[in-house]
Amino acid sequence: MKTLFSRSFIATIVALALLPLVLVNDFLIDVSIRVMLTAIAVIGLNILMGFAGQVSIGHAAFVAAGAYGSAILATHLNINPIISILVAAVGVAIFAWVIAKPILKLKGHSLTMATLGLGIIVNMILINEVNWTGGPDGMPVPPVRIGDFAVIRPLHWYWVAASTLIVSMWLSLNLFDSPAGRALRGLNGSEMAARVMGVDVGSFKTRAFVVSAVFATISGSLTAHYLAFVSPVMASFTHSVELATMVVLGGMASTYGALVGTALLTTLPQLLGGFEDFEMMFFGFILMVTMMFLPMGLVPSIARIIERRRAR
Amino acid sequence: MSDFAQFVFSGLTTGSIYALVALGFILIYNASGVINFAQGDFLMLSGMICAALLGARFPFLLAIIVAVLLTVVSGLVLYRLAIKPAGDTTVVSLIIITIGASIFIQGAVQVVLGKNQHTLPSFSGHKSIEILGAYVLPQSLWVLGVGIVIVALFGAFFKLTLTGKAMLAVAANKLAAQAVGIPVHRILLLSFGMSALLGGVAGVVSAPITTTVYDIGLMLGMKGFVAATLGGLGSGVGAIVGGLLVGLFEALVAGYISSAYKDAMPFVLIIVILLVMPEGLFGKKQSDRV
Amino acid sequence: MLEVTGLTKRFGGVAAVQNVSFTVRGNTVHSVIGPNGAGKTTLFNLISGVYVPDEGEIRLDGSSITGISPDHLASLGMSRTFQNLQICMNMTACENVMLGAHLHTKSSLMRGMIGGSRRQDAELRDRAVTLMEYVGVGDYAGAHATQLPFGVLKRLEIARALASTPRLLLLDEPAAGLNETETHEVAELIRNIAASGITVVLVEHDMKMVMGISDHILVLDYGKNLAEGTAEEIRHDSRVIEAYLGAD
Repeated sequence: MKTLFSRSFIATIVALALLPLVLVNDFLIDVSIRVMLTAIAVIGLNILMGFAGQVSIGHAAFVAAGAYGSAILATHLNINPIISILVAAVGVAIFAWVIAKPILKLKGHSLTMATLGLGIIVNMILINEVNWTGGPDGMPVPPVRIGDFAVIRPLHWYWVAASTLIVSMWLSLNLFDSPAGRALRGLNGSEMAARVMGVDVGSFKTRAFVVSAVFATISGSLTAHYLAFVSPVMASFTHSVELATMVVLGGMASTYGALVGTALLTTLPQLLGGFEDFEMMFFGFILMVTMMFLPMGLVPSIARIIERRRAR
Repeated sequence: MSDFAQFVFSGLTTGSIYALVALGFILIYNASGVINFAQGDFLMLSGMICAALLGARFPFLLAIIVAVLLTVVSGLVLYRLAIKPAGDTTVVSLIIITIGASIFIQGAVQVVLGKNQHTLPSFSGHKSIEILGAYVLPQSLWVLGVGIVIVALFGAFFKLTLTGKAMLAVAANKLAAQAVGIPVHRILLLSFGMSALLGGVAGVVSAPITTTVYDIGLMLGMKGFVAATLGGLGSGVGAIVGGLLVGLFEALVAGYISSAYKDAMPFVLIIVILLVMPEGLFGKKQSDRV
Repeated sequence: MLEVTGLTKRFGGVAAVQNVSFTVRGNTVHSVIGPNGAGKTTLFNLISGVYVPDEGEIRLDGSSITGISPDHLASLGMSRTFQNLQICMNMTACENVMLGAHLHTKSSLMRGMIGGSRRQDAELRDRAVTLMEYVGVGDYAGAHATQLPFGVLKRLEIARALASTPRLLLLDEPAAGLNETETHEVAELIRNIAASGITVVLVEHDMKMVMGISDHILVLDYGKNLAEGTAEEIRHDSRVIEAYLGAD
């Protein structure tokens, strides 16, 4: 297990390091950056949904909170974006911790409905509070600065995104194989069993919720500064669905699956022209079909097949 | 005082719609344990299809009937193609499948019928009637009236017909019902069909007031779910009371505090309710059977 | 060690357990038997904190544990298995057993994410494999839970329950669904567990197994105490014979 982790992980790092050689134009670099930044949020959501089994269809709320949080701090309060990203992360973490308590008392569908409501409310706030957020049209965002140096060039953003992604993956992979990770996956498998073994189920769910929110926030903040723009669409239900579908398709509880799911569902639509109109149908279809026929998701299923072939 | 009466009537009208959505939820939930995330979309479907048919010069009554029928068919198809094949799978799986179904339906409507809002003509004109100082749309009375009739019909169905009782049996204990020879799958199919019927009728009746658009099912579904949970997720009476309460609460908040965030109110309400009274108004205390 | 007095639990007007009292001495194997519906599993759920009793008291080593939650009871040294198997099918067999040792781990998410539990994990894994061998499923150490046959899953659950190094082990129908050979092996396992100093309380239907391993037997019928005693005494108790034969 540990060898597999090291080998695949190092392979991933190498692949990400070498990828820019293949990305011949700015468009491809842009797509890669988007995939990587989104993947950070998806890896976080995977911890909540895949590990702990708490289905959230409102996670875009946290991505947008991070994006707007950092944007507002940087624009209205003139704070250095690097600081504003961190402050936003802490702020959202506290917010997540506070609302986690009541929300996670709910089980199954009730919880999912609550996350839906959360997403809708955040979306509403972003649209309505025009003075702070620029309303439905969004607002521009200053770039990340280190002293006099502004991170604007696509290639620079590539490295920022790639390194943040690597760190996120590392954290998630470590968690999977740790006592805390097993506690989370255990309470997904059987909450009753986890409880009688001493797992404080409520506390673990809350912690998973907060951690996944922080991942989403970082993803959102970085995206905001990369795009130099934020809009309420970032908190839309559609966006939440995309994130959830990426987790489901890639593989629940699989970190690599989260990355694969994100890559597939971000690039495929780019390849299919005129996709915009069919987006919802497509995502809905993927969700249904994956859950019905490939419930473990792509990466774990493929891993299983490979394992079985090896056993022969 | 007339302001208050106005808010109350408006609240009761939307509340009736939420109550019908809530009833649809618990119909399926009681029979199969599944929360059908596509419940709100049934209302959307009938409204949108009816509007489209009217656009194609169908006579009003025919458009309504066809729209409701097509909605019922979609409910049956949903069960047959998405829920039944999933078999005895985890709660997480079922949640995601019905979410997927909901999104798929929304997407399909978006593609076939467009993103625009549509409205249906009121059944009996738009001259407001004055009741207790409030101006009430005749359509509101239709909503309330149809709601009462449906509830009465369903109540009679469960109490008086054999099929209705069979459905209650399946809800109480699926295994036992199977053992006595009740065709569980057909009952589940029926529950989806009835739930879609409920949604379909509610959709055409409410569309003249709320207008309809491809993603209206989302909000309706969520508020209906809040109503169902408030009522105890199992009781028909609870669903109705829950729906009316949510509608009233929303109207009063919109009227007296702020209308911008009125859609957020049900969410806040459900959090508070679940903290204070987790089993809802009429629900039973849950004990996990291990 | 475990003292139950006057325990009563009602579900909507029906008393599943009524005024049940008994004592379990440390280091013994204590069985609870009775016809179907006698309230055995409810009693178990009451003791293990899954249900809260309506009346009565439960004491562990003298202190009251009535109404304490299951996760807290785990920290007091109680562990249990489930009649209908609560194995986490989303994890490997080994991980399931490792989860059993949760209370002995440093389980903060932070620590987990930065990889601070590496060494501890290796030890946990070794211990889990040892436990799996102890209960007789060592061959399946590398398998995923979904690949395991029923009999193996039942014993895996026992391994998991042992991972927390409990003082009191509650086994809910450990032989249910097992064939004769497997039942024999489980009986042997229970004897070994008791011999290692753990108090075992079990609920069971298989009379032969129960008679063979129990130091003390409690018979329940319709939620109430029917009889108590050693295997010999119970075997000849007319009330017990009537309750079982009458039920046929």
